[in-house]
Amino acid sequence: MKTTGKLQKYIYAITLLFITLSGFGQMPIFKRYYIADLPGLGWLAQFYVTHIMHYIAAIVLITLVIYILFDFILNRSGLNRITGTGYFKIAILTGLIVSGGLMVIKNLPNIYFGHTAVIVLDLVHLSFCMMLLFVSLYSVIRKKRWVS
Amino acid sequence: MTVRKVTSKISRRAFLKGSITAAGSVVATTSIARAAKSLSSEKKEPLVTLLDISKCIGCEECVYACQEANADKYPEPQKPFPKMYPSRVPVQDWSDKRDVTDRLTPYNWLFIQHASATVNGEEIELTIPRRCMHCENPPCVKLCPWGALKQEDNGLSRIDSDICLGGSKCKKVCPWDIPERQTGVGLYLDLLPAFAGNGVMYKCDRCYNRLEKGEVPACIEVCPEDVQTIGPKSEILKKAHALAKEMNGYIYGEHENGGTNTIYVSPVPFEQLNKSIENGKGKPHLNKVKNMMSDGTNLAKAMLIAPLAGVAAAFGKFYLSSKEDK
Ligand code: SF4
Ligand code: SF4
Ligand code: SF4
Repeated sequence: MKTTGKLQKYIYAITLLFITLSGFGQMPIFKRYYIADLPGLGWLAQFYVTHIMHYIAAIVLITLVIYILFDFILNRSGLNRITGTGYFKIAILTGLIVSGGLMVIKNLPNIYFGHTAVIVLDLVHLSFCMMLLFVSLYSVIRKKRWVS
Repeated sequence: MTVRKVTSKISRRAFLKGSITAAGSVVATTSIARAAKSLSSEKKEPLVTLLDISKCIGCEECVYACQEANADKYPEPQKPFPKMYPSRVPVQDWSDKRDVTDRLTPYNWLFIQHASATVNGEEIELTIPRRCMHCENPPCVKLCPWGALKQEDNGLSRIDSDICLGGSKCKKVCPWDIPERQTGVGLYLDLLPAFAGNGVMYKCDRCYNRLEKGEVPACIEVCPEDVQTIGPKSEILKKAHALAKEMNGYIYGEHENGGTNTIYVSPVPFEQLNKSIENGKGKPHLNKVKNMMSDGTNLAKAMLIAPLAGVAAAFGKFYLSSKEDK
């Protein structure tokens, strides 16, 4: 039980790292600010690579989130064990996955989203991302756990 | 009744003028009117243009018509440009070179490419109007991180110059490097001009505002040789294949990047044209192009399975642990 919990944590941390890097890589900033010049980070300036990386990381994240959710329900772990920051992060993750999912649909061929809808989606997705980063950082520094 | 009257008036005027050109232009005008009408009623199917390269005489009328029709969309940059950091950020200024017509620029969204080829042992010169291909699933639109580009449901794609920050990602992801940047204009000036953004990107917008009014794009209307035809996809594809068959020719754009809304028909293979044209900055190639968005599309399908995999894994674990408990 403990080891799977640890494994989940590692997968979550690595996925979060890659999804954030590839997500920011959607903006043309890594090349401008020499970050893509660092050894091993050249891929951050290749837009098709970051696009695919972001999708792959999203697949891992969605699988993990759904797994943990159902694992929680099946083991009747008790919703009251989830902490305040835990609930907050769950809400942000839900927002990220829903807005991201809509963006994946938008990118399919023959799908025409309204212009305002696309701009709102982009901004909402970015805002959720920033929120998750800040809350995660806060949780790490203040040692806030998901469950008590 | 009225229709007959108009027709007879036109044919009389054409007759009186006694000029074949006049008659020709009447035919062209009425066919344009008909095309325009079908454009406004045709919403579902993407609009596609067919370019018969064998007809083009390289007169550049279309190039100047494009400039005239779209002049009010061109950038009017403020100078001096704000300093940008770090110093590797390139300033791209075309505002003093507005009359360049031999390549794509922010002030020239269409240019004529020259190629020579040998057909039946005879050397021929061909001229090819080049601009944005209006891809079916345009990476420029889909991958813009700000949503500054849009694709309309008639298939055209365009850049919103009020939102674009000029990061040039659309150009990098475009298989033909079409969009061109002008520094010193746009939204970035109101944000952090020193640290983010670098102007606005420009490209052919398929004269969307003319289409909205039921008019055809300026370059199509002005062409004295009727090189371009515009219409619903299925109709244009049929025409393109018939034309290619007739001239024993070749097609470009139907399958490039997973399909585009621009179909070229040429009497010479495009590989041959591609070797002959001058390509480089602002001068797109005629290579075969794979579908740039297909990896993403395939992964999107995998994403649908991801939740099921998560559920299955949770149930699997639950089943195993309950078995262990027993
Ligand atoms: S106006 Fe027509 S013939 Fe002249 S260059 Fe353009 S496409 Fe060719
Ligand atoms: S040709 Fe380039 S600019 Fe035009 S729609 Fe395709 S990707 Fe976009
Ligand atoms: S469709 Fe309009 S914007 Fe595009 S090349 Fe023709 S005239 Fe220019």
